Amino acid sequence: METSRPPESVEEFRARLEAWVPANLPRQEAGVDHMAKRRSMNEEEEVAEVQRHRDLQRTLWDGGFAGICFPAAYGGLGLPYEYQLAFNDVVVGYETPALLQVPTFVPCGAVLLDFANEDILERHIPAMLRGDEIWMQFLSEPSGGSDVAGALTTAVRDGDEWVLNGSKIWTSGAWAADYGLCLARTNWDVPKHRGLTVFVVPMHDDGVELHRIEMTDGSREFCQEFLTDVRIPDSYRVGEVDDGWTVGTRWMFHERNAMGGGSPYTSGNRYSEVVVENEGDKYVRIARAAGRLDDSRARDLIGESRTLHLASTALTTRVSEGMLAGKLPDTYASITRLMHAVDAVRSTSIAFELGGAAAVAGEAGVGFDAGQTWLVRQQGAIGGGTTEMARNNISERVLGMPREHNPFSNVPFRDVPKGPPSTAPAN
Amino acid sequence: MDILVTEDQEFFREASGKYLEQECPIPQVRALYGDPAGFTEAYWKQGCELGWTSLLVSEEHGGGTVSGSAVLDFMALVDLFGTHVAPGPLLATNLVAAAVSRGGTAAQQADVIPGLISGDSVAAWADAGEVTAERAGDHLVLSGGHTPVEAGAQADVLLVTARLDGTPVQVLVDPNGAGVAVTPLLSIDMTRRFAKVELDGARVPASALVGGGDATAEIAWLRLLAATAQSVEATAAAQVAFDLTMEWMFDRYSFGRPLASYQELKHRCADMKLWLECSHGITTSAARALQAGDDDAAEWVSGAKAYTGQYLAELVQDCIQMHGGIGLTWEHDLHLYQRRIAADRNTHGTPADHRLQLAAMREAV
Repeated sequence: METSRPPESVEEFRARLEAWVPANLPRQEAGVDHMAKRRSMNEEEEVAEVQRHRDLQRTLWDGGFAGICFPAAYGGLGLPYEYQLAFNDVVVGYETPALLQVPTFVPCGAVLLDFANEDILERHIPAMLRGDEIWMQFLSEPSGGSDVAGALTTAVRDGDEWVLNGSKIWTSGAWAADYGLCLARTNWDVPKHRGLTVFVVPMHDDGVELHRIEMTDGSREFCQEFLTDVRIPDSYRVGEVDDGWTVGTRWMFHERNAMGGGSPYTSGNRYSEVVVENEGDKYVRIARAAGRLDDSRARDLIGESRTLHLASTALTTRVSEGMLAGKLPDTYASITRLMHAVDAVRSTSIAFELGGAAAVAGEAGVGFDAGQTWLVRQQGAIGGGTTEMARNNISERVLGMPREHNPFSNVPFRDVPKGPPSTAPAN
Repeated sequence: MDILVTEDQEFFREASGKYLEQECPIPQVRALYGDPAGFTEAYWKQGCELGWTSLLVSEEHGGGTVSGSAVLDFMALVDLFGTHVAPGPLLATNLVAAAVSRGGTAAQQADVIPGLISGDSVAAWADAGEVTAERAGDHLVLSGGHTPVEAGAQADVLLVTARLDGTPVQVLVDPNGAGVAVTPLLSIDMTRRFAKVELDGARVPASALVGGGDATAEIAWLRLLAATAQSVEATAAAQVAFDLTMEWMFDRYSFGRPLASYQELKHRCADMKLWLECSHGITTSAARALQAGDDDAAEWVSGAKAYTGQYLAELVQDCIQMHGGIGLTWEHDLHLYQRRIAADRNTHGTPADHRLQLAAMREAV
């Protein structure tokens, strides 16, 4: 992370924020389950909600608090992570542009900073920071989720342009996005990891057709895109031709780091450890509504959910500190990523248990929300790289255990099996 | 262990680490298993010269910190004791030294602290049961009991938690006094000793009352210190058990390949690494909150005790599972760490006890 010499101390920065925030950001409604709230929105309300978050980002930009850790050359403040942490603490209880953090700033913005050319950086990073551009990851494909490097979406060179064809999936919030960062295959005659290249894809291109996917809880945030003869100028290439996996590796580090809550490029109160006052503990509210707050079994579960939350928070602090001090390698982001899933999965089950019958048959509110959320409990363990991949990464990259045997590591990707062998028709 | 350990703390740890390696290698730890005290006087006194019992004592009483942060310094030392499964009444003596330095009268400080700092005497903190104190003229009469009390049978002085007219107080008690019975207990830990302390109308002068009366806040602080230290120590012990297991995973071949190459086992190692890093993180947060006197210190400490108690106990059992039969033998060192993790888990509140404390705190949010 490139940082300049801070013009003011963290304390001065914080004091300035404490004066600015109450006058410029709206108060957050207390006790609202945002996942449940967005689940119940119609399309018009969804569009308005995204616009509201763009406006919030614009407010931060106008106030001089956008992109705290982004380089000053591209419209950021170029300050160290501790300034971002101070911001996250001060905005507790206030609305911030939560919808623009992941994947716009991380991983997309972070990947651009690492690999994109000056033209892309000068044009798009300030646009992100103003709230003008929402970005998306074109990473997963229908043919394989965890095997990201097995991308089938193809880019073929045509003069100064590239022609893209294929399909991408699990692009969260793509319906509202302006640009996508796309991993595509540019060479089929080399092994899997050596034939990939990364491009910037404008979402509003005529060749991009988008479908929204309905999830089991009724949400329609995830999308699938079909790319048909989408023409991209070579100037929208990120990184070297066929060296997309170098970009992809760093890309997934940024994604894991964001999933684990430790990225310097994410901003807002959800990245703070400070507790919102008067909101009350969600699990206590569920147990109280179900009339089980005095049951010691229920109380044990409330304590367990809190224990996991504290452990996850402390882990993120440790890993962030360790990385900044150069005492822990980037690979530790897989550990925070895994913990966020472990915490989310277990805590979702705890809420479901505490809700009792009201979680499956009840009126709208904390109890029934716990049931709805339980339906998509695995979301946090699948999106952003599955927990199985995280465990592979921890064992292989952190602990140095042997990689899984791969008989195709030196086979051209063209010849790697992509489905069961076709069997001869029965006579 | 706190990842941002200071240079002063590193220097301090290095000296004590070298000493423990020389004076108390694993064969010595094993040899002490049958020893009634669990440590030798010479070993303890030399450790005290390195500062083992002076960190939580203020400078005016002859103590002093290493880095200016007494709690963090002490935890850096506790971490070493976990790594080496080191013997000696470290927590017991330091709790009492801290209590007397923080809240004792000048006479109590002069009487108790010098011996604890030099290692000439040992103290124990009795806070695991119910004791009632009644005034009888210029004396207090104590009845009730505490069990288990770490180093109770080795202690020259006991600091006893009691209730006086319903108010929590702390009383210094001579373990050899009339009406005081100290009975050694069996201990799962190789070198740690516990005792049952019974008080049957034991008479102590009113001047034995630490701080002169209500000690609610002091007792709460000592409990946080104890629970934090146990969580830190268990984490350090689990780190060694995990490191031993990782070595084994690479060295042990089965069906023609190392155990480390099996994905099922790799994923379990990843989980163990997760539990270990979370334990390092949450104990660090607890120690820092306690050092800073933060409002949420009690929450962090209960979180640390609940988390490490639950997950490190599972971790060490899975380390044994991965070793197979050899992991269950007396000869293998894994059980030394397992024993310390067990002792740290179930004394001063089990994970479930601390989860209930957390629930009460969450209810009040």
